[in-house]
Amino acid sequence: MIDWGWLAGHLDAIAYRTAQHVYLAALGVAIGFAISFVLALVAARHRALYPPISALAGILYTIPSLALFAALISITGFSVVTAEVPLVLYTLVILVRNIVAGLDGVPAEVLEAADGMGHTRRQRLWRVELPLAVPLIVAGLRLATVSTIGLVTITGTISDAFGGLGYFILDGYNRGNFLTEMYAGAFPSILLALGADLLFVRAQRRVTPWANARTVEATS
Amino acid sequence: MPQQMPEQAARRAAIVQYEHVSKSYATAKLRRGAPGAVNDLSLTVPAGKICVLVGPSGCGKTTSLKMVNRLIEPTSGRILIDGADVADRDATELRREIGYVIQQVGLFPHQTIGANVAVVPRLLGWPAARQRARAEELLSLVGLDPALYRDRYPAQLSGGERQRVGVARALAADPPLMLMDEPFGAVDPIVRERLQNEFLRLQAELAKTILFVTHDIDEAIKLGDLVAVMQVGGHLEQFAPPAEILAAPASEFVADFVGADRGLKRLSLTRVGEVALQPVVTARVGDPAGEARARTFEDPFPYLLLLDPSDRPIGWVNQRHIPGTGTLAASLATPMSPLLDRRTTLKDALSMMLDADVQTGIVVDRAGRLRGVLTVEAIAAALRPSADPDGIAAGASGAGA
Ligand SMILES: Nc1ncnc2c1ncn2[C@@H]1O[C@H](COP(=O)(O)OP(=O)(O)O)[C@@H](O)[C@H]1O
Ligand SMILES: [Mg+2]
Repeated sequence: MIDWGWLAGHLDAIAYRTAQHVYLAALGVAIGFAISFVLALVAARHRALYPPISALAGILYTIPSLALFAALISITGFSVVTAEVPLVLYTLVILVRNIVAGLDGVPAEVLEAADGMGHTRRQRLWRVELPLAVPLIVAGLRLATVSTIGLVTITGTISDAFGGLGYFILDGYNRGNFLTEMYAGAFPSILLALGADLLFVRAQRRVTPWANARTVEATS
Repeated sequence: MPQQMPEQAARRAAIVQYEHVSKSYATAKLRRGAPGAVNDLSLTVPAGKICVLVGPSGCGKTTSLKMVNRLIEPTSGRILIDGADVADRDATELRREIGYVIQQVGLFPHQTIGANVAVVPRLLGWPAARQRARAEELLSLVGLDPALYRDRYPAQLSGGERQRVGVARALAADPPLMLMDEPFGAVDPIVRERLQNEFLRLQAELAKTILFVTHDIDEAIKLGDLVAVMQVGGHLEQFAPPAEILAAPASEFVADFVGADRGLKRLSLTRVGEVALQPVVTARVGDPAGEARARTFEDPFPYLLLLDPSDRPIGWVNQRHIPGTGTLAASLATPMSPLLDRRTTLKDALSMMLDADVQTGIVVDRAGRLRGVLTVEAIAAALRPSADPDGIAAGASGAGA
């Protein structure tokens, strides 16, 4: 059922497409995070701006990806920009909401203590609020990364030059459901998603040792 | 690595003055005559004293406190620290010079205890080694072994331990003024009592100026050099030393607030060292029994207090059980009255005497040597308004007195 010969002959191509998949997804999440971070800080500072920012991100999320590609091709052509714009836009809703929720979750007494001890706004943000928001920020990155890894597959519809592992799925489909090739795209992308998920769980434990630290002996 | 030793408390304590300070959260309401949160508060806290703001919930204590470090700005009036208006200071700079402790502590969950204590030194840009040394010094000061606690996270501490860290953190930059808002309000009564006692011990050493907020009148009386009783609407009802608040409440509100048992509460304000002790007939183990027995018959009190060779009390001997000849043996003595020292409060002394079902407590010095005895009548006399607090009688000065 599986054409091992085809697989053996395409190992280089699979490796190349895997690397491309990682690159496209990582670029999308990185740019999405940078934009979300700025938006979330603005929203956290000016609460009135949060509902419109959040609503806009939500609307962008609902635009069908194929429609978005079609619209973008007329502007940015068959370029990496066309591939990345939808990936970036889809991360915004997850990331903005998680960063804002992380900042909102900082206990009021911690903020009061920080102010009372003489932190400036900026010191409070960087030394207290953001570090405490890290668990939710990482949770957002984890979700955004896994969903972006899934989405990269469809960027292959723009051009054979994109699509990462999704290229094999589309190509195999076009050859009349050549299953071996379709599996060559599907399995590694599932592994990538699982791997990314695990990576973020690990990273989160590492950077927030305090969140795992719980009661030793409770003596007064 | 040579550790840089932090300088000791060389800075003096601050003087805090409220001058006609009012705060209203809704100015429109205030104009219509509704009471503000704080109303025309004027008082002066002398340097090195603990001033307790006490009153029912919502009377404006927290608001009054937070106006000092400008977490809240007054609607009118001014607050001076050492004569300088806080409104003229940069708020963050001002706050770094004022220790701040709140009920919920507000430790930073993501930082170790050591880092939490060093927060203000870090804001002030101290070198890392000096921050560390200071954090360790302060943890020791509040009774937490630095080796054990420095690297833990706040989630790994009990409520009482967290509160201690909160106090250590507030002391880190050696501020001349501390603001404490119900700092012991969230811990259980036993831990609270211990924290209060440690706090008093610390303050005896550090002599900071402290503004302390509580809704608990007993805590106010116990901790305050001065107590400001506030009434809902932000009115100052009385500002006086605790003994005066108890002995002469300025208004019905204050009398109600301190409670019907204010006579009893005064017991906790007076210490054994402040009342007249009675002498008592004593003898040392090995002294001639007949002579000692004779002396007990010259005294209205029918007991002899037997001492060891270092004048430490062993117990009472009923005069009828003293043999006419031979020497006094330790085995003659029956169990003792409670042992008190000069720093025991009359409340604790009375409670110990009631527990032991006796009329007398034996007062000893630090080395355990007899100073005299305290009777229930002497306690009652000390509570009388005319009681002379300076009349410390010369206690029994040892065997054969
Ligand atoms: N941020 C605020 N906005 C409006 N009203 C407030 C605010 N903070 C306190 N108040 C009101 O001011 C009064 C005094 O509050 P507070 O100083 O916290 O009292 P306390 O500490 O004595 O319990 C209360 O009636 C309270 O409801
Ligand atoms: Mg309060």
